[in-house]
Amino acid sequence: MKILVAVKRVLDYNVKARVKSDGSGVDLANQKLSMNPFDEIACEEAVRLREAGVASEVIVVSCGPAACQETLRSAMAIGADRAVLVETDAVLEPLAVAKLMQHVAQKEGVQFAIFGKQAIDDDAGQTGQMFGALMGWAQASFASNVQISGDTATITREIDGGLETLAMKLPAVITTDLRLNEPRFITLPNIMKAKKKPLEVIKAAELGIDIATRTVTLRVGEPAERKAGIKVADTAELVKRLKEEAKVI
Amino acid sequence: MTTLIIAEHDNAVLKAATLNTVAAALRIGGDIHVLVAGGHCAAVAQAAAAVAGVAKVLHADAAHYEAHLAENLAALVQSRVRAEVGYTHVLAPATAFGKNVLPRVAALLDASQVSDVIAIESPDTFQRPFYAGNALARVQSKDAIKVLSIRTTAFDPAGAGGTALVEKLAAAGDLGLTTLVGREVVKLERPELTAASVIVSGGRGLAAADKFHTVLEPLADKLGAALGASRAAVDAGYAPNDYQVGQTGKIVAPQLYVAVGISGAIQHLAGMKDSKVIVAINKDAESPIFQVADYGLVADLFVAVPELIAAL
Repeated sequence: MKILVAVKRVLDYNVKARVKSDGSGVDLANQKLSMNPFDEIACEEAVRLREAGVASEVIVVSCGPAACQETLRSAMAIGADRAVLVETDAVLEPLAVAKLMQHVAQKEGVQFAIFGKQAIDDDAGQTGQMFGALMGWAQASFASNVQISGDTATITREIDGGLETLAMKLPAVITTDLRLNEPRFITLPNIMKAKKKPLEVIKAAELGIDIATRTVTLRVGEPAERKAGIKVADTAELVKRLKEEAKVI
Repeated sequence: MTTLIIAEHDNAVLKAATLNTVAAALRIGGDIHVLVAGGHCAAVAQAAAAVAGVAKVLHADAAHYEAHLAENLAALVQSRVRAEVGYTHVLAPATAFGKNVLPRVAALLDASQVSDVIAIESPDTFQRPFYAGNALARVQSKDAIKVLSIRTTAFDPAGAGGTALVEKLAAAGDLGLTTLVGREVVKLERPELTAASVIVSGGRGLAAADKFHTVLEPLADKLGAALGASRAAVDAGYAPNDYQVGQTGKIVAPQLYVAVGISGAIQHLAGMKDSKVIVAINKDAESPIFQVADYGLVADLFVAVPELIAAL
């Protein structure tokens, strides 16, 4: 069974996003970009499934500019077998990415796909579910445990208030939650090996898929700043202020 | 203009998040229809009909909707939107339920989705936070049918007093892709996190799971508060993961948020910085949490929290 893993190159999670002064977006120039953390978890899970003999091949796919090749190399250093970049400099919405991923999944004949539950830049949380809809596959979002046996995937997923377990017929798509696994440390020999693994580049413009944006971003601004607070001397003062000043207790 | 809201419920009770979503739909204008799909959920349909502002309730009752799985539910919404031309908006709350099903609906309708809407400026222009709440976007949707997930803490719940008609809706076929094996729900004896007016939240500073019980719970009890946790506390096993407040957990906006032993990482702040009053108790005066706290107390939490309980 082949597994498709979707990865996205995003502003590193340790970097605080800065809004451009002209309101056109977030400033990414000269910032550290890396693999979306939920996608690292997706790669790790796919590689573990291959190591367990459930999967035969792990294909990692990214959509975006040429620089995404670096992210795909990182995914192959985790252990993915080969990579596909659907290259475009256009702004991609989750629906467009889902359509491009559908193209790759059909072309490669994959049976299982793993997406991160959300990208930490747009915080949309849509692509995996959209991909499931386009493929007509079963879906399990926010997965925290994956068991595959025969043509059934048994997935535990995180819901408000607890957990639920689903039995899904393959083919299927899941999106990863934080607790699914802890991605392995990438070693130098594996980085070297990843450089030799195959990376195919497909031009998105040549696929005839409608990836035009449906949503116009009018303006990006800073969220309202909170007024600077004060430090209180002791709990007595804290209680007094909460009662008399803030009136919340 | 007509808005279709996918109701969140457990077949017995309409979830509060649905009421916030109705409030958002009222800002769009036009008629509001609420889809209640489930198994043996007539009481929920009646409850939805009594929500102020709802014009019609569509009640689909079938065994294959009982578990509210995304595949069958999304197919039902798609067939309904196709059958009745005139829907301009499809809404669901941005809860685990809505986040699971709504993107599937959007793709079936070939529509882009706007996630986590916090303000509705006009029927096609919305505001949403991204980059963990560090940026705010004003966006305009060009789709014929606008699909929006609603951040519940940004809209006050719709009131009672509605007298909507309940229309029985024929079930779409069972796709048979997924079956529910089981659900494990953590029993809560205190207010639900996303609906609580006071939240007491603990971080890695608590240093052990039993401290969550012995130190934080008495404070929460005294304040009638819900208990929350940072990701660090959840990852360390001090608290169950549905306590997690943050970008990857729950987004809350209570009247009072008490952060105890929480440093204030970006991912945590994204989940609570819209709280009305934030109190931080931390022994490290340099913690970023103090930059958002209205009242900060630099102190050892194991001393300060019992003192605070005594003083309340």
